Amino acid sequence: MSTIEAGPETAHSADGHDHDHPSFLAHHFDTPEQQFDSGKLGIWLFLVTEILFFSGMFCAYAIFRMLRPDVFEGCSQFLNTKLGAINTGVLLFSSLTMAWAVRCSQVEDNKGLVGMLAATLSCAMIFLGVKAIEYSHKWEMGLLPAGLFVYDPANPHPPRPAPPEGPWAIFDPAYWTYLDYICAPFALIFVGVVIWLIYSLVTANKFHLAVAKPLTVASMCFFVGVGLGTILESGGSESHVGEHHAGEAHAAADDGHDHPDGETHESGEAVAAVIVEPNTNEILVVGDESGNKDETAVRQRLATDSTNSGIQSEIAARQRQSSVAGTSIVTEDAEITGAIEKVESEVLTARQAGVFFSIYYCMTGIHAIHILAGIAVLVWLLVRAVRHDFNRQYFGPVDYVGLYWHLVDLIWIYLFPLLYLIR
Amino acid sequence: MSAHGHSEDGQDFAHPLPVPMLLAVFGALVFLTIVTVAQASFDFGKFDVAIVMGIATIKAGLVMAFFMHMAFDKPFNVVVFLSSFVFVGLFVIFTLSDAAMTSDSFEPKIDEVVPVVVEM
Repeated sequence: MSTIEAGPETAHSADGHDHDHPSFLAHHFDTPEQQFDSGKLGIWLFLVTEILFFSGMFCAYAIFRMLRPDVFEGCSQFLNTKLGAINTGVLLFSSLTMAWAVRCSQVEDNKGLVGMLAATLSCAMIFLGVKAIEYSHKWEMGLLPAGLFVYDPANPHPPRPAPPEGPWAIFDPAYWTYLDYICAPFALIFVGVVIWLIYSLVTANKFHLAVAKPLTVASMCFFVGVGLGTILESGGSESHVGEHHAGEAHAAADDGHDHPDGETHESGEAVAAVIVEPNTNEILVVGDESGNKDETAVRQRLATDSTNSGIQSEIAARQRQSSVAGTSIVTEDAEITGAIEKVESEVLTARQAGVFFSIYYCMTGIHAIHILAGIAVLVWLLVRAVRHDFNRQYFGPVDYVGLYWHLVDLIWIYLFPLLYLIR
Repeated sequence: MSAHGHSEDGQDFAHPLPVPMLLAVFGALVFLTIVTVAQASFDFGKFDVAIVMGIATIKAGLVMAFFMHMAFDKPFNVVVFLSSFVFVGLFVIFTLSDAAMTSDSFEPKIDEVVPVVVEM
């Protein structure tokens, strides 16, 4: 009650239509409670549309997983469970701070409200930072959606072209990694907010300072997330038991262990076949190049010589591949010792793994866009909270944004086990 | 203006949740996350998906009931929100059963050319 007078623009009887209307109460509502309930029903309806929107993607996931469960098992090995689990924790914590922020606005604890909103914003930025590491690492490896998928199991970390030399080389786009591209807008935002903070310090504008301080912390948190992701990514390569070539095995590959997947296969032919597979795909994805058919004919002729066992097995592998419609090229005499190896060698083709990664990028990408939208409305709330707009009669906006934020968390609660935890 | 903006309502409509309750819900959510990560290393066969989805649904229920304040909300809002899941269920079930009957795979035909190369 007391804060109603504390608001800067409460004296709003100038239009004279209702002497008793507080400033936050729109004139078409009788009471603050009616206003709150109307808004609440509105946000629930919006959340219903969000659920239905996401259900389309969950349905695509369900169909493809029902048809090809092996593809999901194989490709899920490329998703780093540690990063996913950390992001789950970060998002759950942000949900806690958001619910706490709603409480703060209801009990008119304005300082707590600003703090909790800033904490929620910071968690959102950490989430995006970890996500940036995940995405850029997969893009470097060529684990891209169908049509762009170029991952080669024999060479999981293709060397980057040599960076240009010179003092201004860092401004050359050829020098940039995917991670740099993702980080660039966030770095610009961070620099902008810091300049704003310094400016408001110099001009001693208290309101601007009170907004810029939490925003500086929040935009810095993106890079905290990037750092966290980098540590977990490099430390947690071979986390899966029995997983022989971990998708995220940075360190192993950097040490020069660029061995193909088929190392545990007993016969040499199987190894040859597995190595051939990516080449075959690559040629075929590129298109019908003229040299291709000649080469195959030559190979078939060479294979008539019984000493050319390597080429023979390659031809056998290709025939086998065609006989099972491109799903498997592991020859019959290859003994497969572990389930994971078998799955990996079968599913890592552009047409199968590509679809998994299409679904992965679509679902997590749209979720990330929702995080970005959440960040935008949280900044708006933060400014209003610093302005002392909210009181126990008018906390609707905080509550509505909170509901939206919890929904984003809810989606992630399902996404995490469905994508990362397929054994 | 006078300080009785809400005096005619009789009582406040805000229902702040106690902090211990929020912390308890957060603790339960973190615990369930650890459980779901831990269970992923065991093989439950075809129950895998059911277990994972069960844990996720418990977590979602906790978030909805407490963080989203649904346990204390107007029943009409709860009905509106939960009804969306009914329609999601209908959508997914019908589409899945249709896909199971009609399509062998939804894979793009990018390496369909393989047989041509081999047969020549």
